[in-house]
Amino acid sequence: MTNRRTFLTAGLSGLTLAMAGARASFAQAPANSGKFVFIILRGAMDGLAAVAPYADPDYRALRGNLALAEPGSPDGCLPLTAGFGLHPNLQTLHGLWQERRMSFVHAAASPYRERSHFDAQDMLEAGTAQVTSGSTGWLNRALALLPASPDAEGVAIGRTIPLVLRGTGKATSWAPPLAPESDMDTLMRLGDLYAGDPMLATALAMAIETNQIADGAEAGMSGRNRVGAYASLASAAARILSAPGGPAAAVLSFEGWDTHANQGATRGQLATRLEALDQAVAALRTGLGPLWSQTTVVIATEFGRTVRVNGTGGTDHGTGGAAFLLGGAVQGGYMMGDWPGLNRLHEDRDLIPANDVRTVFAAGLAHAWRLDQAVVMAEVFNA
Amino acid sequence: MMELDAVIAANRFGLGARPGELALIAANPRGWLLNQVGNTAACQITADGLMSGTQAFEALQAYLQARNAQQRGGDAVRFQADERGRLANLVGQTIGRDIEARIQHAITTPASFGERWVQFWSNHFTVAARSAQTTPFPGTFEREAIRPHVWGRFETLLIAAETHVGMLIYLDQAQSIGPNSQAAQSGAGQRRRAGLNENLAREILELHTLGVNGGYQQADVTEFARALTGWTIAGPRVRRLAGNAQIGEVVFVPALHEPGPRRIMGRSFAASGKNQALDILRFLAGQPVVARQIATKLARHFVADDPPQSLIARLETNFLATQGDLSALAKTLIKSPEAWMPEAGKFKTPNDFLISTMRAGGVASTSTQALRGTFEQLGQAPWRAPSPKGWPDVATEWAAPDAILKRIDWSNLAADALGESTHPVRFAEEALGPALRDTTRTAISRAQTARQGLVLALMSPEFQRR
Repeated sequence: MTNRRTFLTAGLSGLTLAMAGARASFAQAPANSGKFVFIILRGAMDGLAAVAPYADPDYRALRGNLALAEPGSPDGCLPLTAGFGLHPNLQTLHGLWQERRMSFVHAAASPYRERSHFDAQDMLEAGTAQVTSGSTGWLNRALALLPASPDAEGVAIGRTIPLVLRGTGKATSWAPPLAPESDMDTLMRLGDLYAGDPMLATALAMAIETNQIADGAEAGMSGRNRVGAYASLASAAARILSAPGGPAAAVLSFEGWDTHANQGATRGQLATRLEALDQAVAALRTGLGPLWSQTTVVIATEFGRTVRVNGTGGTDHGTGGAAFLLGGAVQGGYMMGDWPGLNRLHEDRDLIPANDVRTVFAAGLAHAWRLDQAVVMAEVFNA
Repeated sequence: MMELDAVIAANRFGLGARPGELALIAANPRGWLLNQVGNTAACQITADGLMSGTQAFEALQAYLQARNAQQRGGDAVRFQADERGRLANLVGQTIGRDIEARIQHAITTPASFGERWVQFWSNHFTVAARSAQTTPFPGTFEREAIRPHVWGRFETLLIAAETHVGMLIYLDQAQSIGPNSQAAQSGAGQRRRAGLNENLAREILELHTLGVNGGYQQADVTEFARALTGWTIAGPRVRRLAGNAQIGEVVFVPALHEPGPRRIMGRSFAASGKNQALDILRFLAGQPVVARQIATKLARHFVADDPPQSLIARLETNFLATQGDLSALAKTLIKSPEAWMPEAGKFKTPNDFLISTMRAGGVASTSTQALRGTFEQLGQAPWRAPSPKGWPDVATEWAAPDAILKRIDWSNLAADALGESTHPVRFAEEALGPALRDTTRTAISRAQTARQGLVLALMSPEFQRR
């Protein structure tokens, strides 16, 4: 049941209250443990676009126009472990790889095997094999492994606390004091829903047009384009984490990865998002300053996307995807887990989920807070 | 499978289903509605600290006295600062509490058709907060003049509304004085720069009864205004003319009344003092054109912007046959096949969109502090209708491009508040039942995030329309 407090923040003027609350609760105690940052890419990032298995014999045939060129060629991917390359827009991540501060896993998934975004996100965030109404988040449960101190706390950058941070442990949220606008993708989806309703369809189309004129033709609905916000949210997270007595963990949600149409390869909507993600990691590193060396970041998404390109130049909901473990506290530079290959696909469409993405979460928590990874697996993930 | 009728009962007639409510209604949708007809108790609002009309008038007097006292002092900067505080205090203790109580009632009441019925009549007899003087009264007006009478006869409701302190102030009747009255002829009346004010008489004819083309002339307006003189409120000075009545009491003061018989629309009304205006109100309530006006407005409110003539005719006939029995009228509406057409003809007002969202989310209580701003931003601040005509009742007035975008943006916020415990598809199913189209269900289930799924549910044509 929605309570009084959450609906208060849903009023159009309740946001500054949430901000003041978040600041006040970090007031004490020095930070001595490491910092853990979890970045959720909501909407299902195409793992095969972020990390291209360019040497896999089936890669080019299956990926068609979305395939990336080999490292060294024009617009080629950036070399990782032999046979794998990063999308050319992930420059910061590649720099971290070269410093051995980044590892990745491919063909990873939560125990979820269906294709609903939000059910999958719930599963990813609960970190359990089942999700119920009483479910708590794995990051919240992990906070209990920290020695009791005021900074054994998590902060969500956003207007609410996502499931991954919900539970009995201390969690708070911080949202930028901006008017919360719905993004372009939502407006487009509503446009589809209004196909049989001329009144609503016309009103929405006109509103979008007016907004574009108001924003200037170049920027085009910039306020409704979430991509621009990734780096500023990451900077905000860095500020909160590095405040005296700041929380031990932060969660960031970047939305808009559901590229069903016109996904693009080295350029296009997905490339733009990957670049924004890369800039967000750079902003986090810059913002954390000396704390970066004690920081561990995990980047994951709810599932991967179909291996083949669909009829509209995009990809549909899949299963196995990619995840990243990076940060100043990480000893990286290797590929985690197994590569199942592309010669056989899950349900003849998806990358086989060969690796449990929760292993990456456990590895990240162990890095960040100097814990035993097996203990984390058992106590946080019941696995 | 649940019939569509349950959804129509909840959404078209009511304020939307709370979780589980559709299943309850499905057993007997028409019976669920008919049971609410005549249930006056279910339509009342009681909450701590709600003022009577008399108390609200006293609060206004206290505010005015404090303001006037300071104005004589002369420090302009200090005055501005104090005035803000005084006004906020007046708003807080009068309309503020009423807004809170009304929203609370609307989001939780099991008799949501009754509440729609109340709000229809409250809007028909609009008393809006448009100034410091009018701000204290809309809530008390609705509780005292509208809610107790919505299931009785139209004539009773009409008289209760036109003689309430809120209406007498909102439409300037309180200061209207007969030019030939005793008071006007004496020095006291001249000092008050007093005279006839036609506002209430005109709006009763134009908006509350006959309608703008109802066959009355300017002379009828003036005659009616003369008959209404004397109906006022016991203020600090007037109460002495009204046998020392209590401050804030509605009184008839013979000394302010224009003497003589009146002639309205060819009909004569004897000089009967207080009763002259009441006789005219009864006469107006019985005019056949009123039946047509009310029937059209009701059909437009509940069924379609351009309602079927057959429905209007049926409601009109019933109104005439029962001399304006509002319970009979509601039952006729419920039993009309035109009201149960599957196509959703009405677009929700911002008020009904916000209320139905909270009902669908199972919200039990809410602080309206933040929510009040939301009603305002979506274009329908409670009891702030732009004119005595009340809020518009057709989609073209509410579905402007910017208004749609504002609804979407608010949905985005509301989705965060609702989303913690709500699965978007289940939310849509609970709220819309069989009215949920497959395309919408699919779009919701394919949303990128739970928040986006809820936005799609809230902004779907089937949730926006009824």
